[in-house]
Order: sequence, then structure tokens, then C-alpha cells
Amino acid sequence: MTDVLTLSHVSKSFGALKVTDDVSFAVPKGQALGIIGPNGAGKSTLFNLVTGNFLPDAGQITLLGRDVTRTPAMERVRMGVGRSFQIPQPFEGLTVFENLLTAAAYGQGKREAEVQDACVAILKDTELLAKANQLAGTLSLLDRKRLELARAMATGPELLLLDEIAGGLTEGECQALVATIRGLHAQGVTIIWIEHVLHALTSVVERLLVLDFGRVIGIGDPDQIMASKEVREIYLGMEV
Amino acid sequence: MHQVTTRTRASTIAGIAALALIAVGLILPAFAPRSLIQDLFFILTMLTLAQLWNLIAGFGGMVSVGQQAFVGIGAYAMFAGVILMGWDPVPAILLGGLAAFLLAIPMAFFAFRLAGAYFAIGTWVIAEVTRLVIAQWKTLGGGTGTSLPREATSDIIGVETIANLFGLRDAAARDVLAYWLALGLAVATMAAIYALLRSRTGLALAAVRDNDNAARSVGVDARRVKWIVFLAAATMTGLVGALIYVQTARISPDAAFSVTNWTAYVIFIAVIGGIGRLEGPILGVLVFWGLQTAFADYGSWYLLALGVLAIATMLFAPRGLWGLIHDRTGLSLFPVQRRLILIDERSKP
Repeated sequence: MTDVLTLSHVSKSFGALKVTDDVSFAVPKGQALGIIGPNGAGKSTLFNLVTGNFLPDAGQITLLGRDVTRTPAMERVRMGVGRSFQIPQPFEGLTVFENLLTAAAYGQGKREAEVQDACVAILKDTELLAKANQLAGTLSLLDRKRLELARAMATGPELLLLDEIAGGLTEGECQALVATIRGLHAQGVTIIWIEHVLHALTSVVERLLVLDFGRVIGIGDPDQIMASKEVREIYLGMEV
Repeated sequence: MHQVTTRTRASTIAGIAALALIAVGLILPAFAPRSLIQDLFFILTMLTLAQLWNLIAGFGGMVSVGQQAFVGIGAYAMFAGVILMGWDPVPAILLGGLAAFLLAIPMAFFAFRLAGAYFAIGTWVIAEVTRLVIAQWKTLGGGTGTSLPREATSDIIGVETIANLFGLRDAAARDVLAYWLALGLAVATMAAIYALLRSRTGLALAAVRDNDNAARSVGVDARRVKWIVFLAAATMTGLVGALIYVQTARISPDAAFSVTNWTAYVIFIAVIGGIGRLEGPILGVLVFWGLQTAFADYGSWYLLALGVLAIATMLFAPRGLWGLIHDRTGLSLFPVQRRLILIDERSKP
């Protein structure tokens, strides 16, 4: 199986604070990898390193077999890295449909007319079709989260990065969103998903990575990871 | 099945009405009095400046308070072409566009490092510096300014033809020529802005305005979009500046680089009419012209009243007069929104 993404010995510091410490892992094509860890463990930083918003101090990042360690963020989007933000950042003055058109046209480097059909299909998948002509600024939280997901999908990603997309939703809303993500995963999209809502995460991902103080302290089968002493101690703060 | 369109019934009617209006505008000098032609010249040039400011500020989120730099440099470049190189004033207008383009490059280079209010102040400072530098240019009158030489204004290309055609004296024929050029610039500017907004770049511009960070994350080159729009608007503003001073025929640094005339009034027009809409400045310039005609004799009181009106608009109708109309009626004469229309298979014949 080919790897979509490989990180080898990646490190990043802000001043004296080491937020990513010698991180290495690989994500095979089609896999859904979950990332958990306490607040401040460096999860979002890891995403920013993958998208190219931050450049690492050391180590190598490979995307689809190409070394992208120094590649600008915009080029990585065109190569196939789509991301959703922890706090939804819609283009509020554009409609839902136009949000997707923009992402699809620029993310894939195509003309508007060429991407319209794909955008409509994504609107259907993410249950936003009825709100296609609504201004994104008027959406509810669930729909904003859906739009984050839909817009990331519209860029035509090989690798989809989801940053706490289930956070802040009610149980019912969360279920609906998880079903959508499961649907995308079933279509073969490779996913890396940072999430605090564990049951949402573990119902989709095949593999779990635990981050603490910028280090990988466990990676593997979700059940085994959650059962390990070290993870329970550090992540869940349990006495052993 | 689905289809995507920006067109509405109102926009089709507006399109036809606009074409009719342009046609009337073209033949107007045949029967309109000279004073009306002069008023329309003023309206059209202010409208163009307001549309250009609206493009960078309303659609692009770059609130510049330094547009007078481009009016001024454009006007001076035209004067330089006429006085130093002996060009005819009309082709010399193109020099104005070129000079504004060249000035916009360093201006953008510095100002794009700033955001929000700092961007506004930065552009203003650069405009002031440009004014002070130009005021040192002794050949063009230094700080006191100069006039276009009589030889240059007396035989401008096309004036004699217009004079013969309409049976006018040279001075009136010059006004007609300037008016036609202003009409051409206004139409070209609005058509170009409308085409831009409906293109892929229009989506990118809106995305960058709404959320720079998110725009980059979907592959929009935010810097490139801003550069393109800023340089294009500056070039057009330079052309308008040069044209205004072909008509005025007398220039000084204080007048050509006036922040009141070329930026404050222009912002007033866009704010009153409605920022971020093509219809806004059209409505705004008519209000502005009406107020100017009725109250300009009151001097500072008039300016105070303009200020109060602008503040009231920002507080109570932040999207301007056209915003109010749009909210009430949903009317849009130049729509840019791409609407997705789903066609039910079963309802098809």
C-alpha cells in the first residue's frame, strides 16, 4: 500500500517551547487516522506543518511520494491537502454554493464551469443542498461545520485534515456529521482527524495516534491504544 | 439536473436600460446646454473614481485613503507630456495611467505589509509624500502649479471636428470631448469591474476580503489577487485624474493631490450609495451632486453636513441607500451572486 503522507523526525519549536518533538508516522492511502492528546499537545501545529502554514525546524514531510518539507501551502492545496478549521472560517459574504465553487476552482486549478457538478454532488453528500444559495454568514453552527467539511472536500483532496470538526455540536448533530464523514471515508478519501469527542472519532478511524508535549506516545489500533496504561494516565489523567 | 446563473429579470432590464442610457449619453451634446455637459463631466468622473475605490475597498477590503496620489500623479504626468514633450493632451492622458501604475507598485509593496486602519494611514502618508515630491518639480510650477499652454489646448485632436459638427465654439467643444472621454471611462470601468466580479477572480476577491486565511487554505493566491486589483484600480484612477485636469487645464499640487476632493468625497459617494455594490456609487454620486448643487455656497457648513450625513449612514444604514433598497425589494441591477437552480427531473416535459 502506498503512503499518502509520511513524516520522519519532524520537529518544530516556538522559542524555547518544543511543540513538535521528533514526530514520525505514515498514513497509507485510504486510511482514517485519529489524533488525540491533551490541550497544548501540538495537534493543530502538526496540521499546520502538514499544510505548510508552518515550516519544520528539522525532519522531512513527504506527500504522495514527493518531498514537500519546504513547499508553499498553496501548492500543497493543489497537490491535494484539504483542511477544515477548528473554528469555522466560511466566506461569509458568499453563498454556500459560491464557497464551494471558490474552493473547487482554485484548489483544483480549474474553471468554474468545470467544477459545478462536483460542487453540487458535495452539497448533496454534506446535506447542504437546500441551503446552497444562502449566505454562509447566516448558517447555524452545524451547517458551518458541514460547510468546513464540504469546502475542504471541494478542493479535491487526496488527504483530508479535520480539526475538531465535531466540537461544540449536540449529540444528534454530532451523529449526523459522523455519518457524513464515514460516507466520505467509504469513498476512499484518506483522513487525518483531530478530535476530543472520542466516541465520534473511534467510530470512524482505523488507527489512533496519541500526542503529548509534542511527542508521539502511541500509535496503532484504537482499542489497544485506549487500553494502554500510559495513554490512560497521560490523556485521561487517570491514576494507575 | 441543475443550472447556475447570475442573471435575474431585473438584471436583464437593467442591462437594456444601461445600453439605452449610454446611447442617450453619446448623442446628448447635440442638444444639451454646455452647463449640463459640464455637470455630467463632474458626475461621470466622480462616479468612476467612486467605483474604483469601491472595487478595492468594498470588494477587496483594502480601505485606501491615498487615491488622490493616483489622481495627482496621473494629472501631473499628463501635464509633463504636454509641456515637456509637446504631446497632445488627449493621448497624454495615457501617460497619467502609466504613471499611476508605476506609483502603485511601490505603494502596494509598502502598504500591503499593513492591515486595516494602518493600511489606510499608510496609503495617505504615501500620497502626501508624493505631493511634496511633485511640489519640488519646478518645470511644472513647483508648489504654486501651472496651466496647460494655450497652444496645447487650442488644437486638441478632435475639438475642431466637434466644433464644426455641433456649431460650437472651441471652449464648448473641448467640454464635449472631455465629456465623451469621461463617459467612455465610466462605462469601461463599470463594465470591467462587473466582468471581474463575475469571473473566477471575483470569487477569489470576495474570499480574500471575507477571510484571508481560509482563502489561502483553498488555494487562492491572496497576494496576487490584491496586487492585480490594486494596480488596475490605480491605473484607471490615474487616467481619470489626467482627464479631469485636461478639462481644468490648470494644476497645483494642493488641488491635484487633495485628499478632500479625490478621496473623502469619493468615500462619501460610496458610503452613502452602498459599499460593495456596483449600484451604490451610481446612487451615491447623484446624491452627492444634488447636495453640492444645492448647498455648496454654505462653505464649511456644507462640509459639516456631508460629514454628519456620512456618519448617520454608517450608523443606521451601513450598507448605504442601495442596501436599504435591496433589503426592502431584493432588487439587484448588476447581480454577481451565482445562484444554483435545481431542476426537478419529473417536472420537465
